Amino acid sequence: MAKVLEDNELQLAADVLVIGGGPAGTWAALTAATKGSKVILVDKGYCGTSGATAPSGTGVWYIKPEEKLREEARQSRYVLGGKLAEIPWMNRVLDRTYENMNKLGNLGYPFPKDEFGDPYKRGLQGPEYMKLMRKLVQKAGVQILDHSPVLQLLADEHGVGGATGVRTQSGHTWTVRAGAVVIATGGCAFLSKALGTNVLTGDGYLLAAEAGADFSGMEFSNAYAICPTFSSVTKTAYYKYASFYYEDGTVVEGAGSQRGRSIIARNLLQGRQVYASLDQAPDDIRPLLRVNQTNFFLPFDRLGIDPFKDKFPVTLRLEGTVRGTGGIRIVNEQCATIVPGLYAAGDAATRELICGGFTGGGSHNAAWAMSSGSFAGEGAAKFAQELGDKAADRQLKSVSTTTFTKAGSGQVVSKTGEAIQAVQEEVMPYDRNLFRTQEGLEDSINRLDGLWTDLRERTTTLDIAGVRHREAAAMTATARWMYNSASERTETRGMHKREDFPQIDTAQGYRLISGGLDQVWTKKAEVNKEAVTP
Amino acid sequence: MIELISESKCVECNLCVSVCPTNVFDRVENGIPVIARQSDCQTCFMCELYCPADALYVAPDAERPTLVSEEILDEQGLFGGYREKVGWGKGRKPVAEHPYMYELSKKTSFG
Repeated sequence: MAKVLEDNELQLAADVLVIGGGPAGTWAALTAATKGSKVILVDKGYCGTSGATAPSGTGVWYIKPEEKLREEARQSRYVLGGKLAEIPWMNRVLDRTYENMNKLGNLGYPFPKDEFGDPYKRGLQGPEYMKLMRKLVQKAGVQILDHSPVLQLLADEHGVGGATGVRTQSGHTWTVRAGAVVIATGGCAFLSKALGTNVLTGDGYLLAAEAGADFSGMEFSNAYAICPTFSSVTKTAYYKYASFYYEDGTVVEGAGSQRGRSIIARNLLQGRQVYASLDQAPDDIRPLLRVNQTNFFLPFDRLGIDPFKDKFPVTLRLEGTVRGTGGIRIVNEQCATIVPGLYAAGDAATRELICGGFTGGGSHNAAWAMSSGSFAGEGAAKFAQELGDKAADRQLKSVSTTTFTKAGSGQVVSKTGEAIQAVQEEVMPYDRNLFRTQEGLEDSINRLDGLWTDLRERTTTLDIAGVRHREAAAMTATARWMYNSASERTETRGMHKREDFPQIDTAQGYRLISGGLDQVWTKKAEVNKEAVTP
Repeated sequence: MIELISESKCVECNLCVSVCPTNVFDRVENGIPVIARQSDCQTCFMCELYCPADALYVAPDAERPTLVSEEILDEQGLFGGYREKVGWGKGRKPVAEHPYMYELSKKTSFG
């Protein structure tokens, strides 16, 4: 790999550049390296701790290849997801997840054992999983640049061919020229502090859109997690054991983790604090819960609260597209986008293909990350190989909408803070994003359009202030694709809830594709219904 | 939020500076790292987990700083508690392979 340090700038070349070091990015890097590609992985934070997977435990959609089990697995969320998932994609992801989880076991992940002494592979502990992935990626010869967010993609007539960014701990800029690029930057939770999500600000979406890529399912972007008010730990699944109470100890009727989240939101909207207690958890499983999701109990333990007995105040934290299902549209089995040389994986890519309009946390998401990551890694490696000699003398140019200058003045920081707050005010309130109306969406879209124009016109710097500016721009752009899609879908389907259209409309069983920067657009596309059983 | 780095415990390895996903810490020449951007902390507890000296304490509150003192944390045994539970550190077994993971999945839909 060529390495020149000149004028405070790091210049590198590779076959494949992977942006993002969570599960999807590390699987992409590992897979591309296995195919013989030189790979560089850049992470905005630290590959191994960044992102939603690293801090906690997750279930995995690991299903043995037995037709009855697979059929149950495919059906499990099909109706819940508004029948927008595609059977061939579910099959591919089930196959690849099975393969990758078995690989993980062979490569050293310490799976627990079942009663026959066989490894039990239905879940992963994030810290352990991502520490191992970093080690495997390094062992495969991949160069990792930590604390190295991307500021702009580079492209020419062959497609996307690299990126420029900044190393936030040294202030150096970096440029990687590559045959192909994989975007695995996660979704967007709008800096809500939902566990592990504050590096996930939609940066990859904006980069992809600037290169000409489009999106699918952005209306399914209103995931909110149940969370103690004094904590960042968003593990909604455990609240299936919760009772919910008002301050006076009376029960909040109908509140729950699966279908009763709206009731909690409506109470919070009226200024009524809701309390939870996991008092429905049977005694014999309480110690098991403690071990399975160690960090869930950490805040309680530190504050001297017994969550199985005591009542504690809860809120709903926005998880946006991290646990929503929309993202960059992928157009073939290698997770290619419509832009040559650009691939997308994990939460950054649409998960509609296997989840339709609904996810929540856990199993499908983990399966999608590791499967789409390895599909994208293969696709990017192949694209780079086919580019061959052409790669050497490419005339790459930035495709960014942001105008960057070199020196940092730091002056834009406070204005960026205001912009971030302005986006949050559009996407966080339950009565805007969780309970959607035409009027509310249009109001938000108008303000977000203005904010986009404002951010677009600001010149910024190739430094940490530039990173913040880009986060604000990316969140604004993400919110615009979300709300334009939500406005187009005049029904309630999957996790998309319209107050003014509370029913599912059988005539709207299509996907919504969106895109555009200065002018946002949406259009309808058919779902591949091949081999769907009723 | 990350609240403190114990001066007596820190071994100046700067691992927390490296692993923090939101770049909260700054390295200090010949000294212990500083919490330079506390408000950027997302309260993910990853720094505590990676600290080999159990020198860091992250308070649960993600929104605002908590007033804590090293003496009280020490007294309550809160330094390194999470790392111990996850089974990281010499001579410990990772919680990932704990038999309860499988037990739980047999009894519920988790795991």
